[in-house]
Amino acid sequence: MSTATLPLPVMPDTHGHFGRFGGMFVPETLMAALTDLSDHYDRARKDPAFQAELDRLLGDYVGRPTPLYLAERWTEKLGGAKVYLKREDLLHTGAHKINNALGQALLALRLGKKRIIAETGAGQHGVATATVCARFGFDCTIYMGKVDMERQALNVARMRFLGAKVVAVTAGQATLKEAVNEAMRDWVTNVETTHYILGSALGSHPFPMMVRDFHRVIGVEAREQILARENRLPDLLVACVGGGSNAMGLFHPFLNDEGVRMIGVEAGGEGILPEKHAARFQGGRLGVLQGTKTWLLANADGQIELTHSVSAGLDYAAIGPEHAWLHEQGRVEYTYATDDEAMGGFQELSRVEGIIPALESAHAVAHVKKIAPLMSPDDIIVVNLSGRGDKDVAQAARIVFGEDIFKM
Amino acid sequence: MSAPQTANRIDTRFQQLHADSKRAFVAYVCAGDPTLDRTIDVVLALEKAGADIIELGLPFSDPLADGVVNQLAADRALRAGASTQGVLDMIRKLREHTQIPLVLFTYLNPVYAFGYERFHHEAAAAGADGILVLDLPPDEASQNAELKPAPDLRHIQLIAPTSSPERIKQIAASAEGFIYYVSRLGVTGTQTSVATGIAEQVAVIKAASNVPVCVGFGVSNPDQAAEIASKADGVVVGSAIVRLIEQNGSSPDLADRLLAFVKPLVDAVKAV
Ligand SMILES: Cc1ncc(COP(=O)(O)O)c(C=O)c1O
Repeated sequence: MSTATLPLPVMPDTHGHFGRFGGMFVPETLMAALTDLSDHYDRARKDPAFQAELDRLLGDYVGRPTPLYLAERWTEKLGGAKVYLKREDLLHTGAHKINNALGQALLALRLGKKRIIAETGAGQHGVATATVCARFGFDCTIYMGKVDMERQALNVARMRFLGAKVVAVTAGQATLKEAVNEAMRDWVTNVETTHYILGSALGSHPFPMMVRDFHRVIGVEAREQILARENRLPDLLVACVGGGSNAMGLFHPFLNDEGVRMIGVEAGGEGILPEKHAARFQGGRLGVLQGTKTWLLANADGQIELTHSVSAGLDYAAIGPEHAWLHEQGRVEYTYATDDEAMGGFQELSRVEGIIPALESAHAVAHVKKIAPLMSPDDIIVVNLSGRGDKDVAQAARIVFGEDIFKM
Repeated sequence: MSAPQTANRIDTRFQQLHADSKRAFVAYVCAGDPTLDRTIDVVLALEKAGADIIELGLPFSDPLADGVVNQLAADRALRAGASTQGVLDMIRKLREHTQIPLVLFTYLNPVYAFGYERFHHEAAAAGADGILVLDLPPDEASQNAELKPAPDLRHIQLIAPTSSPERIKQIAASAEGFIYYVSRLGVTGTQTSVATGIAEQVAVIKAASNVPVCVGFGVSNPDQAAEIASKADGVVVGSAIVRLIEQNGSSPDLADRLLAFVKPLVDAVKAV
């Protein structure tokens, strides 16, 4: 349960600090661009014309609002709390990521930048970015770890069809963290012409705040929908946490609602052993990575450790700074689901509800599977179904059926 | 806190250079590449070639402001076991042989993990003179209680081509040792031409500060070195030296090859 004193102070401060977390830990080369971005974002968010354009496109192009769906059969099977799914998986391109990609694309128009770069892990943010670049005619380059390109081959092909150049990153463990490093290097070099659409509530200010704000629509809708449906607020919100954008989007509008408990689910991988997971609140430490001060997985010398998750979107060594702060405040609880548990969630939701979740979202599903049976039928859970599992089918088939679907 | 009691080697070196009307040659190498023991030979070879100041990279796993040459060097160093303590111990050994000014060049996370203040104390005690933390802009240093400027080391600041005049003033006001002007946008790495606008930016910086300004990023041959030396107080050469170490790290004549490569660069700078 929340141990925080409510209401919480408004975060972040003007320099992007969430208490002792966050900030702008970047090389001097990027300071001008980040300050410029902050200024433009500040003006845009107060500009009704910007908001109206965003809302219009979120409706017509992206498919908002998304349904809040009562998972009746699953609720029955779990035998406890009533479970609602916030259906971000139904959005154009298949995940919540497009909320942010669209918002930042509109901002890039205002910044007068013609070239967009982004990193991607699962490929969902890459696809969302490539999509908005096609829509607005931006030149688009996506950095992706080579390992992730293999496990998310479908999304790589989608990005190419959308006109993006996908650059394979081979450094280190060749996953999301290395893709961010490479995107930052590109940005440092081309900052005058290029906007970097960072894909999670991570990195230097203003990204954690801005990405959160563009995803707040998830929680704002969910709040209205549950009030209309149940005439009360939910007892529990559950979301998976990679960098933390889908979770921040759902949680933020409820943070000052005393009775609403919130749980973020990190990737437990093969268990909480060094280099076998990506659960930063389990065995992580405070540090600074890729522009922000937060919890991360590093050795005693501060060298970043390898991570592992079955889900490319959660396979990352640092957590967004606002989560670090909410954790410290005791406002949000954090737990983890292992690869096996996530695969269990993936299969259960597919069979029982006819909804194949993304492997990332399957971590949230897996936790609901554990916790809902312990709750009362009068309790209400809202789980963020951040994405659909189409992109993961090949990998899941390999794990569950032992089959390579491309060689059948 | 009190100021350091003994004169700092960086300041002393620049005073000498100023008295002799000479420009500084600053060489960057990654500590521990290919091994910590060899780094001692490398630094001594650079000193023999005439380098005035050594920037020693404390390797970090995720050097996002560095190009591929320096990334690979950090990788080699970490794989060869270059720990933070190991680098400090190496500096202590190095001090038995040389008094050349040493600036640690790194990212915040290794320093933070060691303990920000503790690192400053122990690095200074080992014999380091300055520190440049690439991802610690002065704004953050002044806003985080746990990142209070520790007086043991000179804090070298970066200024970029994108830094606004107001920002240059702000950075220059708190500058120590020297200012490192990154002459072009981009990550570290060698370039075939010298960036434009250097003289203008250096003039803006010098108007706002009283510490020397060294310019780097991409210098790889004597002509470039001379051109930059004519516009600034010093020239920084990094990736070109690191690449030579990459190619000759295990060779018994590494020191000779470094001398042969770096001496002409130094001579070009000293001829200005
Ligand atoms: C469907 C989906 N959910 C969640 C995530 C994790 O990111 P975040 O924690 O920022 O929501 C990803 C990232 O790729 C994703 O594709």
